[in-house]
Amino acid sequence: MLYSAPGTEGSKVEVLTEYGNFIGGQFQAPIEGEYADNPTPVTGKPFTRYAQSTEADVEAALDAAHKAAPAWGESSLAQRAIVLNKIADAVEEHLEEIALAETYDNGKAVRETLNADIPLLVDHFRYFAGAARAEEGTLTEIDADMVAYHFREPLGVVGQIIPFNFPLLMAAWKLAPALAAGNAVVLKPASPTPWSIMKLMEVIGDVVPPGVINVVTGPGAKIGKALATNKRIAKIAFTGETVTGRLIMQYAAQNIIPSTTELGGKSPNIFFSDVMAEDDAFLDKAVEGLVLYAFNQGEVCTCPSRALIQEDIYDEFMARCLARIKAIKQGSPLDTETMMGAQVSTNQMDKISGYCDIAVQEGAECLVGGQKADLGGDLAGGYYFNPTVYKGDNKMRIFQEEIFGPVLAVTTFKDDAEALELANDTMYGLGAGVWTRNGTRAYRMGRAIKAGRVWTNCYHAYPAGAAFGGYKISGVGRENHRMMLDHYSQVKNLLVSYSDQPLGFF
Amino acid sequence: MTDEEPRLQATPAARTALEAVRAREGSQVMFVQSGGCCAGSVPMCFLEGEYLTGDGDILLGDVDGAPFYMESTLEAALGHPSFVLDVAPGGPEGFSLGTVDGGHFVSRSSACLVTDETA
Repeated sequence: MLYSAPGTEGSKVEVLTEYGNFIGGQFQAPIEGEYADNPTPVTGKPFTRYAQSTEADVEAALDAAHKAAPAWGESSLAQRAIVLNKIADAVEEHLEEIALAETYDNGKAVRETLNADIPLLVDHFRYFAGAARAEEGTLTEIDADMVAYHFREPLGVVGQIIPFNFPLLMAAWKLAPALAAGNAVVLKPASPTPWSIMKLMEVIGDVVPPGVINVVTGPGAKIGKALATNKRIAKIAFTGETVTGRLIMQYAAQNIIPSTTELGGKSPNIFFSDVMAEDDAFLDKAVEGLVLYAFNQGEVCTCPSRALIQEDIYDEFMARCLARIKAIKQGSPLDTETMMGAQVSTNQMDKISGYCDIAVQEGAECLVGGQKADLGGDLAGGYYFNPTVYKGDNKMRIFQEEIFGPVLAVTTFKDDAEALELANDTMYGLGAGVWTRNGTRAYRMGRAIKAGRVWTNCYHAYPAGAAFGGYKISGVGRENHRMMLDHYSQVKNLLVSYSDQPLGFF
Repeated sequence: MTDEEPRLQATPAARTALEAVRAREGSQVMFVQSGGCCAGSVPMCFLEGEYLTGDGDILLGDVDGAPFYMESTLEAALGHPSFVLDVAPGGPEGFSLGTVDGGHFVSRSSACLVTDETA
C-alpha cells in the first residue's frame, strides 16, 4: 500500500506552510520571524518551513518551563503516570498519522515507523508511567534514635537535544523518564528533522500541562549552544557524535550540572560456526541478524556495521546473507512494501559515498552495492543509497569509522580469541551482537565485549526495560530502564534524630 | 602522498568561505575533525577557543591561521590521515558554524583530491 504524501489529497496528515516553536502549551512564531525550508528525504523537495529560532526563543521556552516545573515536580506520581498514559493513548489513537509524519520528515520506511518507532514510543511512556508508580525512597536506621530518609526529587528544568535518526523515539527516550521524574523539558530536535515532533505536539499538546514540554527548532550553533550553555537548565542530555558530545560535557562542567551523552558506535556482529550446524529457523534468524545493518538505512548508533564471521562458514553463510541483501526492496518510504527508505539528507548521502570511495582506495572488496540508488520518477531527487557490503580488514577506515548508512564491513576470524580481539578493536563501545547455539560461549563473549549492550541471538530490539548506553567513547550515562528515573532526579537525605538528648559537646 | 606533504590543505573555495565566516563572526575560528554518527565525519567549525583542546588532541595544521584539531585516538584509528578542507552545500551539523551561503565545511582525505569535485 502506497500512502499519499502528507499534505496532498487523500493524506490523513495535514501540513501547514510553516511551524513555530511549541512553548508553554502553544505554537508560537519565532521571535525574529525567521523560517527555513524543510525538505523531505523522500523526494528532496521542501514541503514546509520550520522556525529558525534564536537565543530569545530558547529563553522564552525556559521561562515557560520554569513556570511549569514547580507544580509538575510536586504533582503525585499517580498524577504524572496518568499524564504519561494519556500521552501514550493519544499517540496510539493517531499512530498512523504520526508514523507517516515521521517517515516523511526522516525518510525511513513506513513499515518501520508503523511497527517499530511509534509503537515503541507509546510503550516507552507506558513503561515510565508504571515505573514511576512503583518508585520508592529508602530509609536507613542509623541507630535506635536516628533515621536517614532518602527521597528522589526532580532536577527542575532539563535540556534535551535529539538526533535525526529516530526523531520521535529518541525524543520519547528522553522525555518519558524526565517527565516521570517530575522535570519540565526544553527540547531541541535535529535540524534535518524538525517537523514530526511538531506533529507529535499537535497530538499530545493538550494532555500535558502547559510548559512541561517545550520544543524549539533551529540551528545547533545558535540554539543548541544557547540551551546547552544556559544557566537555567539542571541537566543536559544529548545523543549525537563525539565532538559535539565533548562540547556538551564541557558546557555542563562550566555550569556544574550533569550530562548524559550517547555518542555512537561501530558495533560488531559476531557469527560463530555453530549457527550453521542446522539448516533451521535459528540459522534464518542469524542471516536476518546480519542484514539488520540495513535497518533504518543504517542510520542507527548501534548499527551492526561490522560483521565478524568465523572463517569456516564464511562462504556459505555470506552467500545466504548476500541473497537476502539483494532481496531488499527499495522504493518510496511511504509504501508499506518498501524495506529500506531514504537517507536523511544530502550531507549524509555525500558522506556515505565518500566512505565508499575510501573503502575502494583502501582495497576493500565490494560484495554488493557501493553507489547511490536512482529510483526514478518523483523519487529521483530523494536520498537513496543501495545496501552495500565490503569485505576487508578491521584496520580499514570503513571498519573504524561510523558511516551512518547502509554500509556493512565484513571480515573473518579463526577462533573465540580472535573474535573478541576484533570486536574490541574499536574506539566505540555502544552495541554488539553474538550469534551462537552454545550458551556458554554466548555468555563468555557477551561479558568480555566492551560495549554497553550485547544482543545475544538477536539484534536491534529496544524494549523500554533494558538499559542502553555506551562503554568507551560511546558516551556517559544510560537510557531506558527505570534506572533512568535516578538519572533525572537528585537525592534528598533527611537525617532525623528522634532522641531528646543533647550531644554534650557545648 | 609523501612524508613532505602537509597533513592539511585547503581548496580555494574553502579558504574563501573561511574568510567570509571570520568576517561574519568577527573572530578567528577553529576546526575539530569529528568521527561519524548521527552527525559528524566532518570538521566542526567553532569560534576559536570555544572547544577546549587537551593533551589528547593533535593539531594537524592550520588554514590561514585557523587551527585544525583531531582527537589522537581517532587520528590513529583513521591511520594518521591527511585532509583537504573543502566546502559543500547543506547546513552545518551539531554546534558547528556554517558558511555564509548556507553550506558547511567538509574534510576530504587527500587521496580523493583526484576527483573533479575537489579539483
